[in-house]
Amino acid sequence: MRKNSTKLIILAVIAIICMLLFAFYNIQGGFSYAFPKRLERMFAMVITGTAIAFASIAFQTVTNNRLLTPSVMGIDSMYEIVQTIIYFALGSTSIFVVSRYLNFGVSIIAMVLFALILYRFLFRADKYPIFLLLLAGMVLGTLLGSLGTFMQVIIDPVEYESLQARLFASFMNVKTELLFLSAGILVLAFLYGSRILHKLDVMALGRDNAMNLGVDYDKMVLRILILSSILIAVSTALVGPITFLGLIVSNLAYQYFATYKHSVLIIGASLISIIALVGGQFLVLHVFNLTTTISVIINFIGGLYFIYLLLKESRKAA
Amino acid sequence: MEEISLSSENKRNMGFKMRLWMLIVTVIILSVISLFIGAIDIKPSHLLNWESLETQIFLISRLPRLLAIILAGAGMGIAGLIMQSLSRNKFVSPTTAGTLDAAKLGIIISMIFFTGLSYIGQILFSFAFALIGTFIFMQLLERIKFKDAVFVPLIGIMYGNVIGALSTFLAYEANILQNVDAFFQGSFTLVVSGRYELLYVAVPAIIIAYIYANKFTVAGMGEDFAKNLGLSYRTVLNIGLIIVAIITTTVILTVGVIPFLGLIVPNLVSLYLGDNLRKTIPHTIFMGAAFLLFCDIISRLIVHPYEIPVNTTVAVIGSVIFLIMLFRGKAYAQK
Repeated sequence: MRKNSTKLIILAVIAIICMLLFAFYNIQGGFSYAFPKRLERMFAMVITGTAIAFASIAFQTVTNNRLLTPSVMGIDSMYEIVQTIIYFALGSTSIFVVSRYLNFGVSIIAMVLFALILYRFLFRADKYPIFLLLLAGMVLGTLLGSLGTFMQVIIDPVEYESLQARLFASFMNVKTELLFLSAGILVLAFLYGSRILHKLDVMALGRDNAMNLGVDYDKMVLRILILSSILIAVSTALVGPITFLGLIVSNLAYQYFATYKHSVLIIGASLISIIALVGGQFLVLHVFNLTTTISVIINFIGGLYFIYLLLKESRKAA
Repeated sequence: MEEISLSSENKRNMGFKMRLWMLIVTVIILSVISLFIGAIDIKPSHLLNWESLETQIFLISRLPRLLAIILAGAGMGIAGLIMQSLSRNKFVSPTTAGTLDAAKLGIIISMIFFTGLSYIGQILFSFAFALIGTFIFMQLLERIKFKDAVFVPLIGIMYGNVIGALSTFLAYEANILQNVDAFFQGSFTLVVSGRYELLYVAVPAIIIAYIYANKFTVAGMGEDFAKNLGLSYRTVLNIGLIIVAIITTTVILTVGVIPFLGLIVPNLVSLYLGDNLRKTIPHTIFMGAAFLLFCDIISRLIVHPYEIPVNTTVAVIGSVIFLIMLFRGKAYAQK
């Protein structure tokens, strides 16, 4: 059995190789044009990958399960809804649209509120079985998505155009203007996160044990929910929703590292996430010569992996 | 004593009959509303003049649209009812068993790889995929030991998502994503005479469903039980799946994806009527039609004279009802 630190180093090396390949492989045309573009995209992927991995694992620890992630519960659809509502109610010339910071702040506040309501409703004293929560989360995602579409159709066409430009984000179409803002938020979140890592370890023991050990459980849950909502907001704003990435990387990390230490789990999951995104995009673009975005492939593989996890979990329940 | 229970039984049947009549009246009222709203104001008096523009619009656009909505609503309801009965699970439906996604995949593959294919060819292709897709899910279900009311649709939705991702991938690579999106955007706006007649295929499918109703009920009690009663379980199962595939395909090809309807309508009916298919089929037909009519009317009124795609309205209302159903806990209590 290899030590976890060795495993982390191996992952880090793979991640760096992926990044180097992505940045330098087969650059055609003007280097000075293509290279910064590639760096931008890669930077966005690294940010998103890390944010999603962090958010997913923290969320799973406080909700005490390994199958739910913020994305699966529909929190990333919330970003779209908030943007649509702002356009719908205030119009594209509103200060909440024009000012990136204000816009981002409002989005995050709304997403956090949504997450909290969801949390209060869904996780009261282990009342609902995990499969019910998952199904409800998926249906909720559909509901929010359709609600977004519903409002978008009602909006004035000119406003809609401008909203589409705001919402349509993918790895090929990174919102570069948000890149530094996102990076800044992420650094702050990480600084805070690294201070509460050990508390997460304790909280994994459950509410009663954690409180016995002197952790203010409920306050920490609140903070972690806020933190994970912010992280998901950052990644959704930057590259659009990627539903299953968090689920895949967190579960792979649990399997690969077989530990409860959040420092290892989160760093590991982040590295896996970067490998999946950067390496995956590299393979898609240069090896298979496809035009598909990596999110489609992640949803395909993630869906299969999720079915596998569900079947595994069901054997426990049966 | 017996007479009393008999009379109360009669009373109950009367009550159900009343409900059926109420549903029929609702459908009629909604139909009239549906006929007389739209971008062009048509009054009943216009129709007296056979040559008028209004009459032409009425006959070419409004009437076909109404028929299409009723057929699609009734059909999707029946499709869901059959699937729920056969799988013994209240939450299995074309939305939650990959049927819709498989039919979509079929159309996309036929668009990409068989460009010269005729409309009939496309229909058959999509039908075959819907059938195979649902069949695979049913096979998968038999393997799963854990037949939880919520677990099964969860797997079904994921299964649909995986097929959906495959479709997006293919559409992306062939650069037809936008066409495909427009194609499946459920809408009755394009339903004019000459473009919806395929939906009539759903009529015999519904009639066959009614003839086989008792057999579906028995098959729903389990393979062993069905065989004991001398029923060819496999045949009934296959006929059921074929009906589901026919209905789903015709609806998708004419009006696009209508989510959740097949899931919630049979459940709403079975709340008051139980699970005897002979009885529930007429109720399901009219409730399905009424539900879709209602959603279509909302879609047309809210941004009048423009329209919202009806599947968006259906998805919003349908998912809310489904969420309520999930959390009312009935499914778990009856497990």
